[in-house]
Amino acid sequence: MNMPDTKRDGRLVEDGRVLDVSTLPTFAFGHRSPMWWGTMGLMLIEGTVFALAIMAYFYLRSHATAWPMSRFPPELIWGTINTAVMLASAIPNEFARRAAERLDLQKVRLWMVVCLLFSIVFLGVRVLEFTTLNTRWDSNAYGSAVWMLMGLHTTHLVTDAYDSAVLTTLMFTGPLEGKRYVDVSENAAYWYFVVLSWLPIYAVVYWGARF
Amino acid sequence: MTVRGDTDQRARGTWPDPTGPGLPPGAAQALERTWSDPPGIVGWFSAVNHKTIAKRFMVTTFIFFLLGGLLAVAIRLQLAQPNGKVLSADLYNQVFTMHGSTMMFLFAVPVMQAVAMYLVPLMIGARSVAFPRMNAFAYWIFTMGGIMLYVAFFLDIGPDAGWFAYVPLSGPQYSPGKRVDFWAQMITFTELAALMEAIVLITTILKMRAPGMTLNRMPLFVWTMLVTSFMVLFAMPAVMLASTALITDRLVGTHFYNPGEGGDALLWQHLFWFFGHPEVYLIFIPPLGFMSSIIATFSRRPVVGYPAMVLALIATAFLAFGLWVHHMFATNLPELGKTFFTAASLMIAIPTAVQIFCWIATLWTGRINLKTPLLFVLAFFAILLLGGLTGLMLASVSLDYQLHDTFFVVAHLHYVLLGGAVFPLFGAFYYWFPKFTGRMLSERLGRWNFWLFFIGFNVAFFPMHILGLQGMTRRIYTYPEEMGWGNLNLLSTIGAVGIALSVLLFVVNVLRSRRHGELASSDPWGAGTLEWSVASPPPMGNFPLVPVVHGRYPLWQQPVAPYHVTGLTNEYREVLVTSVADAKLDHRLWLPSSTPWPFVAAVATTILFIGSIFTPWAIVWASVPVAVAATVWFWPGRAITRRRVETEVQP
Repeated sequence: MNMPDTKRDGRLVEDGRVLDVSTLPTFAFGHRSPMWWGTMGLMLIEGTVFALAIMAYFYLRSHATAWPMSRFPPELIWGTINTAVMLASAIPNEFARRAAERLDLQKVRLWMVVCLLFSIVFLGVRVLEFTTLNTRWDSNAYGSAVWMLMGLHTTHLVTDAYDSAVLTTLMFTGPLEGKRYVDVSENAAYWYFVVLSWLPIYAVVYWGARF
Repeated sequence: MTVRGDTDQRARGTWPDPTGPGLPPGAAQALERTWSDPPGIVGWFSAVNHKTIAKRFMVTTFIFFLLGGLLAVAIRLQLAQPNGKVLSADLYNQVFTMHGSTMMFLFAVPVMQAVAMYLVPLMIGARSVAFPRMNAFAYWIFTMGGIMLYVAFFLDIGPDAGWFAYVPLSGPQYSPGKRVDFWAQMITFTELAALMEAIVLITTILKMRAPGMTLNRMPLFVWTMLVTSFMVLFAMPAVMLASTALITDRLVGTHFYNPGEGGDALLWQHLFWFFGHPEVYLIFIPPLGFMSSIIATFSRRPVVGYPAMVLALIATAFLAFGLWVHHMFATNLPELGKTFFTAASLMIAIPTAVQIFCWIATLWTGRINLKTPLLFVLAFFAILLLGGLTGLMLASVSLDYQLHDTFFVVAHLHYVLLGGAVFPLFGAFYYWFPKFTGRMLSERLGRWNFWLFFIGFNVAFFPMHILGLQGMTRRIYTYPEEMGWGNLNLLSTIGAVGIALSVLLFVVNVLRSRRHGELASSDPWGAGTLEWSVASPPPMGNFPLVPVVHGRYPLWQQPVAPYHVTGLTNEYREVLVTSVADAKLDHRLWLPSSTPWPFVAAVATTILFIGSIFTPWAIVWASVPVAVAATVWFWPGRAITRRRVETEVQP
């Protein structure tokens, strides 16, 4: 006969009249955690904003006689390099996530610091991207749409880098508890969102102006 | 009146365990202490208890409702007779824009979230909402956005381009100055708050239900809030993007809506109505939950067709996103597209009808207890039906060409919004007021309130149908005598005064009953859902004993073991997290303490938003205090962390 799993089901006490939950864990990862739902909600909201901004881009394009309205499309070089950097940052990000779910503090610290180094690189390259867009926000509606997409995504890069820096600092200074590993795991999930949402934006900004 | 379930037992405080010893001595006091917010001025700004925040939120939205109502009276006084001189044309533009913006953005959507923030945890057997500090932050952001708009209005820089601020009128060329900028930033404030509230509600509903409350046993009001909150996530971003593009067009010279540089004015309409039509359902769906609660209680039976009701809500939510173009029939869109949107608009009648028939069946087979809350609910049937029928008329493209931008549309939208939302909302206030305050509202004043409101409403708005058919357009600040619209307009103004008096009666009723009303028991109406199992008003920790749920109307069924949960500490804000679909036990969680930092962060965010109206650089420098406030808010305390580590159980 299997032993009852009190960590999962609690225990019935007082002749089955009362359900004792004191044996349950005090934190949990993934969709078991309210934090996961909060983060998912943010991703849905921001994903919707990205999707609508892309729709606005193509809506304007469908009404234009020439596209891009500015003469040249954005230079491919920095945007493409940054796409590679961001995709590569998913590797330390995944290691940080896995370390968090093993409650492995040393590895969490290591991989979060690596992630931060990546964020410094992609923020730097992002500045170069802005210098080679070949349009200004106030040149024409095409330029406005491009700058809106880039601005929205850059805001996400900046805030995600800042969030991660705060959390990394906390993982070094403490105070620490189990729940903080859930935060690291959710931070990693959000990092994925910021990286993966770049792919359609990259495709639109850099290739939508070429085809 | 007979009520199933054991009310004596609830009075003794031993519910939900019929034979148990009740709470151990001192437990209730410890729980009250743990969940109370600190006293004093700083404590007031530190409050995070969901009931405290929700009460403030309700009062704030209601103040905006009163302000919006006063503006409506000003509009009606101006239009009461031909060549009216009450308001100048310029002030009239500001007044109707403020009226619409207030009612839509500062009242109708947020008031539903405010009521939900109070009731949802109580209905699902939870001690709190999921993210109490974020809830407080959202409230402050909302309040500051509303105050900003009214300060601007009193300084004669109130928005004046209509509540949907169509470009090019609202663009830099035709609306120079700061008026429309304040409108656009008010959108940023209110939608940010609404989005955060939606996340709090979704997480609370999906993860914090008492054990045993499967999705299939969730009160219908909670279902409406779950559906509404998901709609918010997809609808609100559209208006935030639209208003951000508008403000960048106005402030930094982008060209989203400027046809001269490849922009497009209709882009605004698409983005706005992609939000704006679902918004009607953000306003309309929560009241469907009020309806289901009130009808069940006052018919003294469960609502007929629970699965049909839930499916109808979800169907309405999906269809709501396929209707936005019916606001744009008068633009040069392809005819085929218009046909599609006509069909979608007609289709929404199906899930609405399903729900109305379920309620009629409930009332028909129940034993009716005709109290004020039910009167307001019955008014819904009459008024919404009329509003729905004129909606069907407007959904037809050919008729819409004739009626677009006339008072017929004004009549239609007020029939839908007041009939569909405000009447049930007043019913809800009468119904839950004893839970909020521990006292009953006066039934006598309630009936006066209701009949004045109902008659005044129809007198005010029915004539507008005829005025619209006669060609009176919206938003004109006056009209010449020869048009022959004077009598009907005067009638309409008399009706508006009737509404104003009825709302005044309501305010008097609330203020009087708060102090002198009849004391309410935990369950004065004999209702069946969990919020009525706890004292009125509820203790700060909501449930002294967290119940285990075995049915849709726990108070109407015989108690089933296990009755309640034990093993949550009363010394810290510990809550139970359960699984999404079946509400099986999952883990325990300590929620954060009270803190002023959400308030400080809201102030910093306000500085950023308002500063950005005057200089784009505010987004850079004002983000520093926002980041600092958010970081301090997040940073955990050493003492509480040590205690948490001591009692930690790893997954």
